[in-house]
Amino acid sequence: MTITDMTIQEMAAALRKGDLSSSEITRAFLQNIEQLEPSVGAYITVTEDDALAMAKTVDQRLKEGYDPGLLAGIPAALKDNIATAGVRTTNASRMLEHFVPAYDAYVVTLLRESGAVFLGKTNMDEFAMGDSSEASAFHATLNPYDTTRVPGGSSGGSAAAVAAGEAVYALGTDTGGSICQPAAYCGLVGMRPTYGLISRRGVTAYASSFDQTGPMTRTVRDNAAVLDAIAVRDPKDGMSSRFAPIPEGGYVGSIETTFGNPVIGYIEEFSNGLDPAVRDAIERALQFYSSEGARLVPLSFPHLQEALAAYYLLTSAEGYSAINRYDGIHYGYRSAEAETVDDIYIRSRSDALGLEVKSRVLLGSYLLSKENYEIYYEKATRIRTLVIQTLNTLFNACDAILAPVTIGPAPLFGAHGDESLNGQYSSDRFTVLAPLAGLPALAFPSGLTEEGLPLGLQLIGPRFSEGRLYMLAAAYEDAHDRLPRPRLFHEKRNGK
Amino acid sequence: MSVTDYESVIGLEVHVELKTPQKLFCGCSTTFGAPPNTQVCPVCLAMPGSLPLLNQECVEFAVRAGLALHCDIAPSSRFDRKNYFYPDLPKAYQVTQNFSPICSGGYVDVATEDGMRRIRINRIHLEEDAGKLIHHEDHSLVDCNRCGVPLIEIVTEPDIRSGEEAVAFLRKLRAIVRYTDVSDGKMNEGSLRCDVNLSVRKKGETLLGKRVEMKNINSFNFVARAIESEFKRQVALIEDGEIIVQETRRFDEKTGLTSALRKKESAADYRYFPDPDLGEVLVDNEMIAKIQSSMPRLSDERKAMYKDAYDLSDYEAERLTADKDLSDFFEAAVKETAHPKTLVSLILTDLAPLFGEDETEAPLSPETLGALADLLGKDVINSNTGRKVLKVLLENDQDPAAYVEENHLAQINDPKVLQPIVDEAVRSNIRAVNDYLKGRTPAMRALMGYIMKKTQGRANPILAEDMLKAAVADADKKSS
Repeated sequence: MTITDMTIQEMAAALRKGDLSSSEITRAFLQNIEQLEPSVGAYITVTEDDALAMAKTVDQRLKEGYDPGLLAGIPAALKDNIATAGVRTTNASRMLEHFVPAYDAYVVTLLRESGAVFLGKTNMDEFAMGDSSEASAFHATLNPYDTTRVPGGSSGGSAAAVAAGEAVYALGTDTGGSICQPAAYCGLVGMRPTYGLISRRGVTAYASSFDQTGPMTRTVRDNAAVLDAIAVRDPKDGMSSRFAPIPEGGYVGSIETTFGNPVIGYIEEFSNGLDPAVRDAIERALQFYSSEGARLVPLSFPHLQEALAAYYLLTSAEGYSAINRYDGIHYGYRSAEAETVDDIYIRSRSDALGLEVKSRVLLGSYLLSKENYEIYYEKATRIRTLVIQTLNTLFNACDAILAPVTIGPAPLFGAHGDESLNGQYSSDRFTVLAPLAGLPALAFPSGLTEEGLPLGLQLIGPRFSEGRLYMLAAAYEDAHDRLPRPRLFHEKRNGK
Repeated sequence: MSVTDYESVIGLEVHVELKTPQKLFCGCSTTFGAPPNTQVCPVCLAMPGSLPLLNQECVEFAVRAGLALHCDIAPSSRFDRKNYFYPDLPKAYQVTQNFSPICSGGYVDVATEDGMRRIRINRIHLEEDAGKLIHHEDHSLVDCNRCGVPLIEIVTEPDIRSGEEAVAFLRKLRAIVRYTDVSDGKMNEGSLRCDVNLSVRKKGETLLGKRVEMKNINSFNFVARAIESEFKRQVALIEDGEIIVQETRRFDEKTGLTSALRKKESAADYRYFPDPDLGEVLVDNEMIAKIQSSMPRLSDERKAMYKDAYDLSDYEAERLTADKDLSDFFEAAVKETAHPKTLVSLILTDLAPLFGEDETEAPLSPETLGALADLLGKDVINSNTGRKVLKVLLENDQDPAAYVEENHLAQINDPKVLQPIVDEAVRSNIRAVNDYLKGRTPAMRALMGYIMKKTQGRANPILAEDMLKAAVADADKKSS
């Protein structure tokens, strides 16, 4: 078997049998990166030397009998808004192009302790604001399944890297679909965990009450293995939950449990305006679960439009406040022409922040102003409460909700073009409910379209139901063929 | 109409830096005066991904202040972001409590010329301090050591009517935060800062005039002067038929005048909203009870205790307790002496002025002062010598008994030793004796002066004067 096609479990077994070393695995991925990056552009920074050094250390450790677990020696990629000590963390922004943190994000610390090998930092929409990764200040990332299409965003680089075989797994971050949507477009499993399960410390804030970090992988079991490593309470993140019930035997273990006869709900309003391929995928999945003994219940979520509006308002407000610190004073880009303090602010931010970030900052600034606070911000928080209550009610009637992730497969580049914010955002409607309510959502591949483009579905569950979602998604995955690697991958590897 | 027909309506916003060893949202030290940017970390420098973590000790300090000021403590309050750009604010927002303060209501009773006045507290909220800009000729530097230092902002109702009242309130407030160990209250180090809101109206009116704000006034004296100057300015404008503009003004310490800083029309919109990084601040009854039970004794309680235990006058007890350091010093020294009243008079006449607005170091050890009080109380030395010895001790803290002995300063209490000197005084000062006998009592001073000169000031003054009077009467009898 090709090294880069192996799952984490397979690699872990080979490492312990001595059939493979982490150095060999790492070199295989670095080779893929070298060959594929020119046509994928998944990474902003590749840390080849660091990766090989980490791999060597793990090989040594394993030889000495010290085994930090499943992830030891497995090469991974990190979205570039996750701080890595000594390695620049740009957030895909000119503002932080040369910013090198002195600290690791807590998730990075945890992965290091698990013996992870970091290949580099992946491309994204600037400051995670966007849904196609086109808003990167540096370069576009192409969808490995069709390079005329976007990989999704904002964790598009992470998705493309894993899909193209340039990393075994990647961490993405999610504020309102930034893990599930690129996972769906690139044929991956992507977990947006419950708010409070994963530490946010060291991950650049966009909208603090939404942001969560999660794994992007090719299989459900791989995904659970990564979540097991990073779902650790962080006493230094005030929002890290003290009560997260992590299943015995971990998330990997929870996959092998049986759930009896689960009740799976589906929201009827979600089927409006869907691409027929997605509608078909949903129907097939529902049939599958039904045939496995699940009971299906139709559900209604009447205030989808309001929820979507509340999502944009709240994330823009929080985003405005989070982005203001990049002002050219303490670190990051400063305009060389600036003479006065106001000049530093205006010129540095005008030069070094992209259009998408600027428009959200302006929107947030507008709606938090004294005159607008009540009519926008306060109303949005009330809608958020309503969304939480409605979803709670829905979860009284079912164990998980099966839903589309996107209205169709990955769009072509420039499809957003000059559209108004509204037009662009409307495709987010399936992925904002879970973040609004702080709930977990697990995207998993449901196959390819006739054109060979991946489609994804998602399972949304109540708080801390990650184990249940993995179990349900694994059942689907086990009954279906694994998605083939993108054609690009084969062409390149075969030296074409 | 004249100035006396008007009154000021004044509310204060007092920022008090908490004395916690660590900052509000990170583990950095709060020590004053460290080299620039040495007490910083990714959190207080607002590096990407850094998160605030509430230091629970700061909450306890705020609650302690609230209890001492008779406030209601909110069982749940929240932090909000106050968004604005300034180079001393790395996050570009200050974390404060805009929508729900931790304490509300409350009051301070202040002694004024017109008797006790109750100044009501509107609210107390917790917030973080900003850094400091250091301006040079052609550039400015930022010191972030103070970024994130915990503050409470105490906002009064507009209950204050004059500069003197404002200062009396501030003094009392400062004493309270120091008694409760909430803050060291040093105005010169910025741990107590005051904004003044002032409007003027005709006496007897109940409506408020347009309010002018004066920010960051850093001494009691300047607060009084700023209020007086602004009051006069506003009255003059009203008398001229002009309109007061709501604005922020700066008090110039050199000219003693205020000048416009910015008009309210262009005032910043801080776009407050709840900080999503921070959860609720919870204070339960158990915590309140714990804080209440560990609350240090406040000045009023100490005052009553002193009057009772040491038989002090109201005035003496009030002065001893006006400053916590002075009061602490007294309590330490009084343990070292059998003569508390002598100690009190030593402290109030000679030492109290040394405990200034921001002085916290005691000028000499309480043991030394206690020993000195004993020497005075036991008549080992007289009060003249006592004052001289104290001067020496303030410069060089040492055992006063040993010093007195080494320098032969002990009082002469033996009549046998004094008698020849008294006799000599009468013999050598015939004119003074005659004056005295003619009823010019001040002549006695010349005679006493002679004795003190001859004894290097060591004669027991009461004994010497008695003996002198006897000797003069004797001389009178002989001559007649």
